[in-house]
Amino acid sequence: MQFEFLAEQVVNGLVLGGYYLLIALGLSLIFSVGGIVNLAHGAFYALGAYVCVELTKRLGFGPSVVVSPFAVALLGILFERFILRRFYTADPILSLLVTFGLAMVAEQAIRMIWGAAPVSTEIPQSFRGSVIVGDFLFSRYRLLILAVVAAILLGVWLLLQKTSFGRVVRAGIQRPDMVAALGIRLQPYMTAIVMLGVGMAALGGAFFAPITTVHPAMGAEIMTIAFVVVVIGGLGSFWGVVIAALLVGVVRGVAIHFEPAAGEASIYILMFLVLLVRPRGLLGERIEKFE
Amino acid sequence: MIRYPRRTVLRAGAAFVGASALGFPAIVRAQADKIRIGHLTPLTGFLGVIGSYAQLGVKLAAEEINASGGVLGKQIDLISEDSINPATAATKAQRMLEQDGAVVLLGEISSASSLTIMQVAERNKKMFFSTGARSDALRGKNCNKYSFHCDIPNTVMVNAVGTALSQKGMVKGKKFFTLTADYIFGHDLLKAAKAFFGTHDANLIGDELIPTDATDFSPYLLKVRQAKPDVVCCNLAGNQVTNLVKQYAEFGLPYPLVGFNLNTGDAWAAGAGNLSGTWPTVWYHTLDNPASKAFVAAFTKKYGKPPENHAWIDYVTLKLLAEAINTTKSTESGELIAYFEKQTQFDIGKARKAYFRSWDHQLVQEAYPFTVKPKDQMKDQWDMLVLGEAVPAANDPLETIYPTKEQNPCEMKA
Repeated sequence: MQFEFLAEQVVNGLVLGGYYLLIALGLSLIFSVGGIVNLAHGAFYALGAYVCVELTKRLGFGPSVVVSPFAVALLGILFERFILRRFYTADPILSLLVTFGLAMVAEQAIRMIWGAAPVSTEIPQSFRGSVIVGDFLFSRYRLLILAVVAAILLGVWLLLQKTSFGRVVRAGIQRPDMVAALGIRLQPYMTAIVMLGVGMAALGGAFFAPITTVHPAMGAEIMTIAFVVVVIGGLGSFWGVVIAALLVGVVRGVAIHFEPAAGEASIYILMFLVLLVRPRGLLGERIEKFE
Repeated sequence: MIRYPRRTVLRAGAAFVGASALGFPAIVRAQADKIRIGHLTPLTGFLGVIGSYAQLGVKLAAEEINASGGVLGKQIDLISEDSINPATAATKAQRMLEQDGAVVLLGEISSASSLTIMQVAERNKKMFFSTGARSDALRGKNCNKYSFHCDIPNTVMVNAVGTALSQKGMVKGKKFFTLTADYIFGHDLLKAAKAFFGTHDANLIGDELIPTDATDFSPYLLKVRQAKPDVVCCNLAGNQVTNLVKQYAEFGLPYPLVGFNLNTGDAWAAGAGNLSGTWPTVWYHTLDNPASKAFVAAFTKKYGKPPENHAWIDYVTLKLLAEAINTTKSTESGELIAYFEKQTQFDIGKARKAYFRSWDHQLVQEAYPFTVKPKDQMKDQWDMLVLGEAVPAANDPLETIYPTKEQNPCEMKA
């Protein structure tokens, strides 16, 4: 029995890790390609949740979850075009400051539009409750999230590995100077990467709006864990972030199984141990432009 | 072009994330020749939402008092700030008393922060009205002469809900599983709950301590299912209650969820379709009482939404404090404490009047259990709760639901 309970926590941890992945993957992509630590990433997650709650009142939950990430991704274009673009080659402190400032502006803007009190929304009745597969209990809703995350993951992987778009992006991560020498402008690719990244974060926010508190500071809350995942996974590696996200979910679940009070601390201990053994993260590549 | 090692960049990133946790205070600045009163409450973090209500309530009270002539002929100058965490709360309390010249402090929701402010108050020999903290220990082993406690303590919340549950046959011989916030408030509430289970033949088969920064409860819900209890009991606070309630509805576990602590702000945040079960409250805006209704009307007019229970308690506290200052014609701690210790009665918008009990400075008042209204009967998004009968029953003395001297001894140094 004890083993089954533990296995159940591991499986649940994988599901939760999939959700962390939605936020961390975009953060990692934007950093890998543009060299910018986007501290405003959480703001797009929060916006995704708020836009979804707002649209749900008019369209219902299903369409809102689809529309909200696209709406936020469009904002991402403006964000890249008018703000991020100026900082790719600048002192990183400047981009940290500007994205940190933007995160605060976004949080206060949300406070002004929707108020400080949380807004609420519900899961549609058909996705409530849990299903029992074998001995494992799953929330029906989280299975849906997991399926969507898996599909998105596959899509992003194919995009990066099998298309000419992906080849340019990967080359841009390794040797932006060579890409430039070949006469390719990286900027449109960067716009697309930022759209993809913040769109995924917004999708995460939209999916979690019905099962967590939707409040102005929710973006700041998610950033810490997203950072932990990116640091554990290592830069420039798609699978590094995937493995790190799942690992963080599982470690947290297992820690809670044995020692509930250590649940939140366990992921930081994991990060500490990984960095001790592999300072560049699990699958981090040597990226010339950051060394 | 300068290249920076990525580790430097990440380190700076982490520092920024850390710094953002400190938050930024909303400072309402002071002016001279007025009576200055300091107000601290969490405006950020897991209690930030209900703390914002507290701030709106206390500001309304100050405006009303000033509009009707102030205290001792002077206007009240209210300084209200984010208390942030226990250490910052103490620092700010000290600054308010020492540099800003506040004559008295009030506010707070976190029991941990309230405790540190209580110590500052005692050191400075100034009064502190802890308006929203519920830990029994603050009134018991940590009590002091300068601290007064306005919200109902944990024992009262447990008694209010426990009595309602007992009447439904949900306590005797039943298996309980508790989820408890891992800080002084949660520990204290769990202690009160255990005492109740012990005297009412209920079994506690599982109890999990949950860090206050946890937002995902799925691993805990799996443990609940593994334990197969009869009733699941929430001893959490703030946003965590909302998250648990939402995720409990998501997983759709078959065991009824009840709780020994809930603020109406958290209930509203959880949303109509998610909340169920029996919970305690100190006040609700639909309460049928003239003073209470007048407050609800004034608050709704000013802020465009009905008040939450922390708005109410910070409002009535500043009001009764102004009444005390005007009656004693003094802002001296000694005279005010003597006035309150006479167990002077105050109208706080409930059927029965309230008073501070002399030996532990607890504001003795009625409490209410509540259940959740079916969604189709709600008039608006705030009309979520159905208040039960006030406890204690009308012919029982108010103190019957409060901890006794033996249960929660308090020794105040003179």
